[in-house]
Amino acid sequence: MDDKRILEMRGIDKVFPGVRALQGVDFSLNEGEIHALMGENGAGKSTLIKVLTGVYVRDGGTISLKDHGEVQIHSPQDAQKLGISTVYQEITLCPNLTVAENMFIGRGAGTLTNWKKMNEDADRILSSLDIPAKATQQLASCSIAVQQMVAIARAVDMECKVLILDEPTSSLDEQEVEKLFGLMRDLKSRGVGIIFVTHFLDQVYEVCDKITVLRDGQLVGEYEIKDLPRVQLVAKMLGKEMDDLSDIKGEQGTYHGADANEQIFEAEGLQSDAGIAPFDFHIKKGEVNGFTGLLGSGRSECVRAIFGADRVLKGSVKMKGKSIKITKPLDAMKNGIAYLPEDRKDDGIIGDLSVRDNIILALQVLTGFFKPFSKAQANAFAAEYIDKLNIKTASADTPVKSLSGGNQQKVILARWLLMHPEYLILDEPTRGIDVGTKVDIQKLVLELASEGMSVTFISSETDEMLRTCSRLVVMRDRKVVGELSGDDLTQNKIMSTIAGGEQ
Amino acid sequence: MSKKKSGGLGKLKGFVGNQLFIPFIAIVILAVVNLVHDPAFFKVVLGLNNAGYPVLSGSLITILDYGSELAILAIGMTLVTAASGGQDISVGATIAIAGSAMLRVLCGGNTRPDTIQAPIIVAFIVACIVGMLCGMFNGMLVAYFKIQPMIATLILFTAGRSIAAWINNNELPIVPDPKFAYFGGFIPGMPVPTTVFIAAACIIVIALVLKFTNLGLYTQAVGINGSSSRLNGINPTFIKFLSFVILGLCVAVAALIKVSRLSTINYSVIAKDIEMDAILAVALGGNALSGGKFNMWASILGAYIIQFLTTTLYKFNVKSDALAAYKAVVVIILVVFSAPVVRDYISRMAKRFAPAAKKEAA
Repeated sequence: MDDKRILEMRGIDKVFPGVRALQGVDFSLNEGEIHALMGENGAGKSTLIKVLTGVYVRDGGTISLKDHGEVQIHSPQDAQKLGISTVYQEITLCPNLTVAENMFIGRGAGTLTNWKKMNEDADRILSSLDIPAKATQQLASCSIAVQQMVAIARAVDMECKVLILDEPTSSLDEQEVEKLFGLMRDLKSRGVGIIFVTHFLDQVYEVCDKITVLRDGQLVGEYEIKDLPRVQLVAKMLGKEMDDLSDIKGEQGTYHGADANEQIFEAEGLQSDAGIAPFDFHIKKGEVNGFTGLLGSGRSECVRAIFGADRVLKGSVKMKGKSIKITKPLDAMKNGIAYLPEDRKDDGIIGDLSVRDNIILALQVLTGFFKPFSKAQANAFAAEYIDKLNIKTASADTPVKSLSGGNQQKVILARWLLMHPEYLILDEPTRGIDVGTKVDIQKLVLELASEGMSVTFISSETDEMLRTCSRLVVMRDRKVVGELSGDDLTQNKIMSTIAGGEQ
Repeated sequence: MSKKKSGGLGKLKGFVGNQLFIPFIAIVILAVVNLVHDPAFFKVVLGLNNAGYPVLSGSLITILDYGSELAILAIGMTLVTAASGGQDISVGATIAIAGSAMLRVLCGGNTRPDTIQAPIIVAFIVACIVGMLCGMFNGMLVAYFKIQPMIATLILFTAGRSIAAWINNNELPIVPDPKFAYFGGFIPGMPVPTTVFIAAACIIVIALVLKFTNLGLYTQAVGINGSSSRLNGINPTFIKFLSFVILGLCVAVAALIKVSRLSTINYSVIAKDIEMDAILAVALGGNALSGGKFNMWASILGAYIIQFLTTTLYKFNVKSDALAAYKAVVVIILVVFSAPVVRDYISRMAKRFAPAAKKEAA
């Protein structure tokens, strides 16, 4: 092994019942290197990480570390002792403890804790890494980005040599991502090897040195970042030359029915208890529009108010010109409104239930408590949508939590499509999802619209919204500050509207 | 050939992972122990009882008979556990309340009435209402005030038996009508204990409810992810509340059996510690006590296994006051074996042997 190499994985195999998750995958990491691990959902990125961190026991292959030679990693504790630390997409710290407690929890040398020393140590580490948090602050009071950084600080303090960041940026806004990158570069200069898993191509090209691409559990290759232009990276991930991303909008996005000008949904002065200013909103049949704005600008809160997910305080709502009242999600569903929530794990999937039950849930609730679908009917529904949306699952009986993120999202999408809504709200449907599935979802949205469904689409990636929406509602500080359509739909115009419209 | 073998192993592994594995193994072990100890355990005899009617007797009949209340309670407890992620520890005390209310209606406030003062069905309906009111009280605290189930039900657990005594002015009325004793004993001419029919009826009812309504799906969805359920149009608060009300109904049926067995009541002893057995039945069935997915049949099976165990221990001449300690040992073993950690370990061990077998075959 050469001097700078700190991690070397050779021929890693991992088999799950019915699936070969990894087949002879090689991966290596040098000191002071940020190495992107890329692949579509289900390509084996998470599995590889979990093998490395001892969550899964590998079925074949070797792992060697600098200074340790070949190692056996049977548990996350083993990995930690060997200097391999992981920061996951979802914060795995305890929000009800203080920052310092979170940094030192589970690492006590003895039974007694020297609180003063612990807090001092924590503060020292935090300030050395420029993390804007205080040791005695409760973790929940920090922003998600800072919580993420605390998790990293914890990892760094444990003398980690290999730091794994598993989609750390998916819930951060741009400034927060920038801060995180600063921290990563800082660690890099200290000789830490970082494995970076992300779906954002921009981010890969901004911070990474090398890219390893996986596809269907196999290694596609390892590349220097300068040798691999974006288009090629995407092509390698998908295993084919991809249709031009920007070209998917065309005729299929427009609805030509006679009732194309009919207002499907109108809201006036709508306000919920989630702290947004009252807003007006409307959508026509077959229209795709969106809410845009920075994270926390209130775009999710707006659609939640429409769906009745938060308590509606005031405002009037019309569906196809008829006044209706929506006080709870069921009211909205009865009126043909469907809502795919932002937080897939907490608000979307019912993890332990099967893929089938997750798919039929909304329609089942709508059909009524006393009219359960027969088993055959439920299976037929599930099979139809597993096929239609190309959901990768071992069977309809598989618990949905064991699917990859993108496939979970498709299951929730299937749930709402099965309801055949007139108005579909998608809140961040593409977050944490691979490029291929992203394109699938965007195409699907345009296809649905061309069939006459009205869709509201929210995404943190503005180019994605520009590609799908014909009208954008711009939000800032929990207020609607503008509306863009037609020729105004450009990246610059959105930015300036968000910023205040002066530039 | 190797294919065949691994297929068999796969099936075996599937069964080890199955929820019914632990209850099934428990039954086999209990059966074997009894068979070795005294094969007469399994003898069922048709004899005459005191009243001169033919009745079935034997240990198996005892298990089915005395396991009835527990099986009925397990139904409600399973739903409460699944929906709320907690347990109701007040069922013993609420059985006392519902039973006491039933006696009050039957005896009309007299301690030794000559005839019953109201039809039995009226008394039973009153008991059902009282049981459901108790359930509503618990359910309200849990679902609407978001109090932890065990804390919420601690109130009735503590106060229940006093309330029961107060309903009958701390008297112990005796029901004069022999017909009332049928529910906890035998209907003349019918050799099978009535309790078996009552339990069967309850099981059939819940089977129908689970088949013809979405109670199962809703309860599981709420237990697994309340927030998601709400966004899918389910009302998680109501489902939790409902589960406690259903348990209240189960309590009333159990109270009917319990009071009928004696034709009277002993406030401090009736259905003592039955809540623990009911919770255990749910756990034995492999259902997570933290809620979510459930298997109703496994819980009911669990209830009969607990009664099987109790009866077995009596056969081994374990004194009734020492019973709990013996039970605890067995329970620890069962619960440890049903823990996911241990099961994972077992299936990993099984896996370690599987490749070896494959290699040999190759």
